[in-house]
Amino acid sequence: MKVAVLQFPGSNCDQDALKALREDVGVQAEYVWHNDGSLSGFDAVFVPGGFSYGDYLRCGAMASRSAIMQETIRFANEGRPVIGACNGFQILTESGLLPGALLKNEKQKFVCKNVELEAVNQTSIWTSGVNKTISLPIAHGEGRYVIDTDGLKRLQDQNQIAFRYVENPNGSVDNIAGVVNEKGNVLGLMPHPERATKELLGGNDGLLILRALSLVNA
Amino acid sequence: MPRVRVYVTLKPALLDSAGRTVTSSLQHLGFEEVNDVRIGKLIHLEVEKVEEARIKEMCQKLLANPVIEDFSYEVIG
Repeated sequence: MKVAVLQFPGSNCDQDALKALREDVGVQAEYVWHNDGSLSGFDAVFVPGGFSYGDYLRCGAMASRSAIMQETIRFANEGRPVIGACNGFQILTESGLLPGALLKNEKQKFVCKNVELEAVNQTSIWTSGVNKTISLPIAHGEGRYVIDTDGLKRLQDQNQIAFRYVENPNGSVDNIAGVVNEKGNVLGLMPHPERATKELLGGNDGLLILRALSLVNA
Repeated sequence: MPRVRVYVTLKPALLDSAGRTVTSSLQHLGFEEVNDVRIGKLIHLEVEKVEEARIKEMCQKLLANPVIEDFSYEVIG
């Protein structure tokens, strides 16, 4: 298993992700730069958090139109595992790989704390190992998940809600913290699993999500 | 060279939390007549030639996110 950690100008969780994947999940991981990189030889993609392209226009808007994201869309459509956390989640919704969008937090405040998450979908590759309420850090100003009424119903009916906040920190509709695509191979979430992979970091619940990468045969 | 003004606004059904904060700030400054503020974007384009279909395409593909935003535009000169 070799994971591509995408890098855009303004990514800032790329190093955390690479280190967590290599040291704590125990898989191979390499950076892939946004405009000259390739996913050839990789088995999964991690889209890290940060402020890609300065969050110009909208969070994730510019990054989602980059060359590496066009390749990531093809990669995801082949059913291969893709995860995006925080700005990575915003990039995945902007690219159309995941439904909905992320707006400024309801209370306009940047929230930075640990939150409790209830695992809703427990069948996707990303969530099947999460069998309890987990605690992960969040750090975002634009994490309010929105989707229209029909879209929300589809998410609920098709079991695409991956995680719900136990206490809603940002005004997200239906307390949604993360969603998966229809096939379940693409996960986007505002919390940071890569920042919770060992006790030294204050907890290791992130491994329950990321260990999917060490279980996939590749 | 022709210029185009593109206006991008959050869909009316969505809460504009920044607009709400500005509403409250204006009211605190004594502008009690203000009931609501919604903040959008104004984007100036300078183009070789105006082709409305292509301007719409730019809006749909990048300048606005149809999931959350509406757009309109006007051609100037």
